[in-house]
Amino acid sequence: MSQPFRLAKGGRIDRSRPILMRFDDSEITAFAGDTAASALLANGIHLVGRSFKYHRPRGILAHGSEEPNALLDVDRGRGRREPNNRATVVEAFDGLVLHSQNRWPSLQRDIGAINDRVGSLVSAGFYYKTFMWPQMAWKHVYEPLIRRAAGLGAAPAVPDPDTYQHRHAHCDVLVVGAGPAGLAAAIAASEDARARVILCDEQAEPGGALLHDVTSEIDGVPAAVWLERALATLADRDNVTVLGRTTAFGYFNHNHIALAERLTDHLPSPTPGAPRERLWQVRAHRVVLASGAHERPLVFADNDRPGVMLAESLRVYVNRYAVAPGRRIVMVTTGASAYSAALDIAAAGLDVSIVDLRSDARCGPELAASRARGIPVETGHTVLAAMGRMRVTGLTIAPVGASGLPGPGREIACDCVGMSGGWTPSVHLFSQSRGALGYDPDADAFLPDRSRQPERSAGACRGTYDLSACLDDGAEAGAAAAGRTTSRRHTASATLVGFQPVRAMPRSGGVERAKAFVDFQNDVTAKDLKLAVREGFESIEHVKRYTTTGMATDQGKTSNMVALGLVAETLGRAVPAVGTTTFRLPYTPVTFGAFAGQNRGRLFDPERTTPVHDWAASAGAAFEDVGLWKRAWYFPRAGEDMHAAVARECRAVRSGVGIFDASTLGKIEVAGPDAAEFLNRIYTNSFSKLQHGRCRYGLMLKEDGYIFDDGVVARLAPDRFHLTTTTGGAPRVLAHMEDYLQTVWPDLQVFATSITEQWAVIAVQGPKARQSIAPLIEGIDLAEETLPHMALAEGRIAGIPCRLFRVSFTGEAGYEVNVPADYGRGVWEAIHASGKPFDITSYGTETMHVLRAEKGFIIVGQETDGTMTPDDMGLGGLVGRGKRDFVGKRSLARPDLIAAGRKQLVGLLTEKPREVLDEGAQIVTDTSLPVPMRMLGHVTSSYWSECLGRSIALAVVADGRQRRGQTLFVTTASGFAAAKVVDPVFIDPSGVRLHA
Amino acid sequence: MLLITCPYCGPRPEIEFRCGGEAHIARPADAEALSDAAWADYLFYRTNPKGRHAERWIHQHGCQRWFNAVRDTASDAFVATYRMGEKRPPGTEGEP
Repeated sequence: MSQPFRLAKGGRIDRSRPILMRFDDSEITAFAGDTAASALLANGIHLVGRSFKYHRPRGILAHGSEEPNALLDVDRGRGRREPNNRATVVEAFDGLVLHSQNRWPSLQRDIGAINDRVGSLVSAGFYYKTFMWPQMAWKHVYEPLIRRAAGLGAAPAVPDPDTYQHRHAHCDVLVVGAGPAGLAAAIAASEDARARVILCDEQAEPGGALLHDVTSEIDGVPAAVWLERALATLADRDNVTVLGRTTAFGYFNHNHIALAERLTDHLPSPTPGAPRERLWQVRAHRVVLASGAHERPLVFADNDRPGVMLAESLRVYVNRYAVAPGRRIVMVTTGASAYSAALDIAAAGLDVSIVDLRSDARCGPELAASRARGIPVETGHTVLAAMGRMRVTGLTIAPVGASGLPGPGREIACDCVGMSGGWTPSVHLFSQSRGALGYDPDADAFLPDRSRQPERSAGACRGTYDLSACLDDGAEAGAAAAGRTTSRRHTASATLVGFQPVRAMPRSGGVERAKAFVDFQNDVTAKDLKLAVREGFESIEHVKRYTTTGMATDQGKTSNMVALGLVAETLGRAVPAVGTTTFRLPYTPVTFGAFAGQNRGRLFDPERTTPVHDWAASAGAAFEDVGLWKRAWYFPRAGEDMHAAVARECRAVRSGVGIFDASTLGKIEVAGPDAAEFLNRIYTNSFSKLQHGRCRYGLMLKEDGYIFDDGVVARLAPDRFHLTTTTGGAPRVLAHMEDYLQTVWPDLQVFATSITEQWAVIAVQGPKARQSIAPLIEGIDLAEETLPHMALAEGRIAGIPCRLFRVSFTGEAGYEVNVPADYGRGVWEAIHASGKPFDITSYGTETMHVLRAEKGFIIVGQETDGTMTPDDMGLGGLVGRGKRDFVGKRSLARPDLIAAGRKQLVGLLTEKPREVLDEGAQIVTDTSLPVPMRMLGHVTSSYWSECLGRSIALAVVADGRQRRGQTLFVTTASGFAAAKVVDPVFIDPSGVRLHA
Repeated sequence: MLLITCPYCGPRPEIEFRCGGEAHIARPADAEALSDAAWADYLFYRTNPKGRHAERWIHQHGCQRWFNAVRDTASDAFVATYRMGEKRPPGTEGEP
């Protein structure tokens, strides 16, 4: 018979739309409006999973996002399969496929249950005391075993095919939660049509507790009618946005709140391409938190059996989903709210009785009301244990005398239990906002005490449980958020409130061995918490981490206060003295997709390309990433690997002419009457005497004396300089300059402008460089006397205005042709054509690196690491010696920077010429020294030099310059390589080739 | 995401700015006269208070100007923002 536990009448499900789902091997019928949980319960299915550590059979505990147990694998078809979904939140639809988790081979017979038998060996923190010996077993035994056994659920195996959106919104009032308090707040806040109000609720239907309240009246009408009217009012107002299925999951600075809106998970066939979720970032002028409260379970032996649930959740399944959670229901409670549930359950025609720990005298009007209705109530009784294993079959209860100890126990039969240990206001978002909580002994809860941001809480989330009080509270909060001091009052049926806090149900000694659960998802028992205290953990933060209570995906919504109370009781301290742990986002799990939005795949990072990029791509170049830039790495011809291509390119540059795209180089134009003075202060060397039309290499330090960047400074005019920086350093250098111009020397009249993207730069290098470009040049005399090495001139190339720099990073005579970026490709092609008679060869960044290394030219960030001084790099000559102040000057005299033993730039030639060292390899003097050896330095750059027919390397070595001629040892993958320390310039040390 | 009031552009989200550390630390005019310890103090030592902190910010993705701010390091509340070169506003010192 389908849906044997569906009640004939009632509920908000749509009986006209039956649906068919799958759970493991069974087909399940249900109705539209069901959650996966209510659909399973309607079919009498309680066993839905196996617990995390002990693999105990588990059922559904709750009805909402606080559910710790019923985590299912959800398959929505079309490649969308996701683990660890709470069955209470998954909306059922036709064709939904669900699987239980954490069990093998089946849910009924799970081999993992052996953990339950050896429970005392795997109690809290067991992994801190085990898996230590023997050490060798770690790699091959322990780790593989633990990896297979640990975790929950199976990770998806295919990339997420869905799309996710991001949206930013601003509003005057954000109301979180659309229960009675939140609805009243939203209505009050939006009365003024100019106030933009956003109301969000995590559930599919707004209404919160009103959705399962079939007996209360509000302002003279049934709660359901009041709800309908409230929603209609809000829908009518243009200034209100109501977001359903939207969880506010993070509260950040300055009223910045993140919401996750679920758009299509509830649809059997969403429109293709429709975004699955939308991440909202809301900046709200004021916030009203109406996030409700969570019920606490009770702690007694085997309280985790399938069928043992929360009392209010039973009420929800009966009233809202028309589902009978069982046929013989027992409520176990220390408070009044379970009686409301019992009354509704009895009214639905189900067999229900109540066991209340409180004595008659401690109860309120709920006692008489229930007895009048004919519900058996046993006051002054505790629960010793639940019976049954795959399903609860009964409870062992016992009277509790004045001494507090239980008397003899007796068994009562039942197939469903509703636990109610009181209520915990949901203060997660308040805490995230950095508000301070205060413990209220009357509510036995931490309530919002001091706000830090323009926000206030209303309703159950601040300990108010009476319906009319919640409505009034919400209205007042909403009005205040909109800047008004008066708000409307409501009348409503009285709510049964009040509970007696109990940390663990009184029990006799014999039940100590059984497991009484506190945190269901992480399998933490009362015994574990006591163990933690016994082992010396007193801070709640330590207890949390040692036992993992509150650390599961439910963030302890049903367990935190219970755990806290137990720890306080065990320590003999008051609850506020123990304190709470920190609440962190997300309030409930959020998909990675929601955070990523469109920022994935090709859109993850912007790609920067040069004007020559497409030409290089067509020419078959391989590219490398330099920051966000794509740079041509090498240009392989048919049959060439990288080694062969680079060897050919290097030979071509040194024997003929090579052409290289240097457009990514940082460029800054520094202009103004004080431009030269500014450059004098920002570089180590002086530029006052740099002539118009000349270039000079400059070294830039930070105030601590370490090399920060380097480049070539060219003077275009008395008050105008064009300087270059490293590719990665351009924004940093400009920022550095602006910092000094704006905050240290605001009196200097200087403008610094980034021109990196405005100029394409084409390097033409080699003995035939001049002949290659000469035919294209107008207005510049390329003769050695008029345009020597380190000079620049302005003219035209291939008809395009250009700044022609005679500079070299290769050690060959050559140029860097700067043209406006839009003309970059055209000029590149013109130079290629013009250089064809000389066999002009495109070369990439790998060749560029080899050629400069052969000349001992450093690359900032490769040879330097932020701790090298000019002298370390052998560039001490660039440091001005006079009185002129420059950034970093004072630091160069710091004791540490002039000490002996500093790492200095050297060259290394391996004893075996074909052996190429690894970049980053460490250098030692003697391989027979005991480990750990003293390391003298490391290899910074290492290449095969085609021109020398052997390997070369640059390195930084302690007292390197004094070690010239010494043989040192460099680490390799298999041992050490011997290498001789040499001068770091391997080719043409006197630089004659520059002036060819 | 902090909401920072740039003195030139008004309130803008934190992502447009970069923080430059403690404010009102003047680069010593005569560094040569300073001992190594005093110079190290200028380079490396900062007040690091719990509470109100005068610091420098630059509106990097906006007007690109540096300015000063007083921010409470415990609550992240911005007490004041003011132009580079101006003095810390009275009443923004010490404990809130």
